[in-house]
Amino acid sequence: MATYLEINKKQVNEEKWEEPFYLNMGPQHPSTHGVLRLFLELEGETIVNCTPIIGYLHRGVEKLAETLNYNQTIVLSDRLDYIASAANNTAFALAFEKLMGLEVPRRAKLLRTIVCEMARICNHLLWLATHALDIGAMTVFLYCFRDREWLLNIYEKICGARLTHTYVRVGGVRQDFTQEIIDELYKFTEEFPSRIYDYETLIDVNRIWLKRTKGVAVVPAEDAINLGLTGPVLRGSGVPYDVRKFRPYDAYGEVEFIVPTGKNGDTYDRYRVRMEELRQSNRIIRQCLDKLPETQGEPVVAENAPDLLMPEKIRKPEPKPVPKKGVIFKGEEIPVVPPGEAFASIESPKGELAVYVVSDGSNKPWRLRVRTPSFVHISAIPYMAKNHLIADLIAIIGTLDIVLGDSDR
Amino acid sequence: MLEKLIYFLITAVILLVIALLHVAYLTYAERKIIARMQQRLGPNRVGPRGLLQPIADMLKLLTKEDLVPYGVDKPIFYIAPFISLVCAGTGVALIPLWEKFVISNINVGLLFILALSSLSAYGVILSGWASNSRYAFLGGLRASAQVISYEIAMSLALLSVVLMAGSLNLMDIVKAQINSPYKIYLIPQIIAFYVFIISAIAECNRVPFDLPEAETELVAGYFVEYSAMRFAIFYLAEYFGMVVMSALAVTCFLGGWVGPFEVPYVPFFWFLIKLYFLLFVYIWVRATLPRYRYDQLMGLGWKVLIPVGIINLFLTALLKLIF
Repeated sequence: MATYLEINKKQVNEEKWEEPFYLNMGPQHPSTHGVLRLFLELEGETIVNCTPIIGYLHRGVEKLAETLNYNQTIVLSDRLDYIASAANNTAFALAFEKLMGLEVPRRAKLLRTIVCEMARICNHLLWLATHALDIGAMTVFLYCFRDREWLLNIYEKICGARLTHTYVRVGGVRQDFTQEIIDELYKFTEEFPSRIYDYETLIDVNRIWLKRTKGVAVVPAEDAINLGLTGPVLRGSGVPYDVRKFRPYDAYGEVEFIVPTGKNGDTYDRYRVRMEELRQSNRIIRQCLDKLPETQGEPVVAENAPDLLMPEKIRKPEPKPVPKKGVIFKGEEIPVVPPGEAFASIESPKGELAVYVVSDGSNKPWRLRVRTPSFVHISAIPYMAKNHLIADLIAIIGTLDIVLGDSDR
Repeated sequence: MLEKLIYFLITAVILLVIALLHVAYLTYAERKIIARMQQRLGPNRVGPRGLLQPIADMLKLLTKEDLVPYGVDKPIFYIAPFISLVCAGTGVALIPLWEKFVISNINVGLLFILALSSLSAYGVILSGWASNSRYAFLGGLRASAQVISYEIAMSLALLSVVLMAGSLNLMDIVKAQINSPYKIYLIPQIIAFYVFIISAIAECNRVPFDLPEAETELVAGYFVEYSAMRFAIFYLAEYFGMVVMSALAVTCFLGGWVGPFEVPYVPFFWFLIKLYFLLFVYIWVRATLPRYRYDQLMGLGWKVLIPVGIINLFLTALLKLIF
């Protein structure tokens, strides 16, 4: 790292050396979305060089996973991209299911799709809120949070947690939706399109917003692919790549939705893509809700799935029948997984989230590797920020939609 | 002589107290109004409906530790906020609140206010320079560029008013408005009014031109290293600037204390109504608009506002010549 940060002096003429203006942005900065640190070399306000430095939120999720059993690993995945943890849960669960050869019941697939799309809406709302706040539009921030709050309350009813759900489990989901949740979600899907319209009237017709986003940080399609960008950032450049369409997982194969793409690959197009995705997510939730009654009464966990909630220990004096309620995590009793390897990737709200897991036959993953979109997107910042102003850099960080928990793991 | 001095002192103190109260409650009003626009409550804990919040804030800031970072240019660092405050606040003395109430009725009142508002930029620039912080430095540079460009546009807008009124004395400008067929200069000088309002927002470093303190880019810009009362003084200066600029707009464009009918016992009723409306516009704009980028801000100033101001000035002069 030291070589990266060496302060380079530039030779002005034969004797004189000049030091460029260096600015250290972050890790404590209001708009680096967490603890991203950017080391900027400036000329006036124009960025000549930009070095992102990460690792301030490293928690060793991949290494920790080697010491925990498969179901416990799901809990770790919550902490990756803590804004859309349902999507992370799903990616992990899909990989483990492939490894164990589990067949997930259809109802569980529908429920997973619903929570994943809810996560997408949550994420995009938070993205819009912070992106607008970074550019200076304060009101959008609170409008978005108002609606995100609604979804978080629904999450609370679903699984008791607002951010770190651990709702998706290996082999299915934790529990079924109650009728109350389904009604609330119907209400949400009715109401939400008008809310999207609200945000658009606030910023989409605003000339300052257009000036700040149009033509800023243009990424042509070819460069976007070469940089490894995925998700809305790639689609903004006009590449219609979406894992949900290419390798449908869960219930995405049976729902209809459009993959929106942009044309110019600038910040404005990425904004449009995400706004359109909000509408499509709403549509997907609606379709899944309509399909739910068909699967009424089905189990929500695969039959031979490893159970996270182990039955209470039977006490000697008064043996109980096998109780339903459980409290203790007991790794040893989880069935042993056949040796092998599995790979699963999903379309997380930020991009393609992939999990590669290797099993050596014990009940813990031998190696777990996560490919997170934020990590790759951060590596694109120097390319995008070059010859832009500081104000644009903020817009770039916003438009890439990075979360440092996701990047540092 | 002594009587005159005492009278002067008393009126000055009264005006200062009133102005300070306005500034304090402007912060409260801003928070409340923006809160209502953003569907939240705003301050509501201190006193009924949070009415004592400004006082609580002031007490809090007074009792905080006055931190001075390592390596700052101490004398300038200490004095910069006061330059801002004094320059922003002195303008209040020149504004005719009412036909018979103005502390300092000088012949070049308009020029004096313009000079003061230019000087208040020194506070910003010097604080940015003295703070020994790169964010503050960038903020100070941005402020100097911004104030210089928008000062010109603002002066051009006011010059058209001066041409119409034929005087630089603020009292005379109001009287000229009353005697003119339009009653207020807003009608013939609508373009100048727009130019003036936009420049005034930029001059006060408010959204969408709050680049010197752009929170999401430069953390807090020029006052990033300030704490406690010095920090509060910068805020006071900003709000004082808003009040003075709005009062100047009321005086030059909206006809000062004149209204459709006279309100008994409160001769400056209409002045305050117009002032509050303009202040509300400031707050309204803040809740609505995103922030300009630095180069776009300069472009707006030099490519749009100044040409428009010049054209308007020539038109005014031409019409004045003909009629």
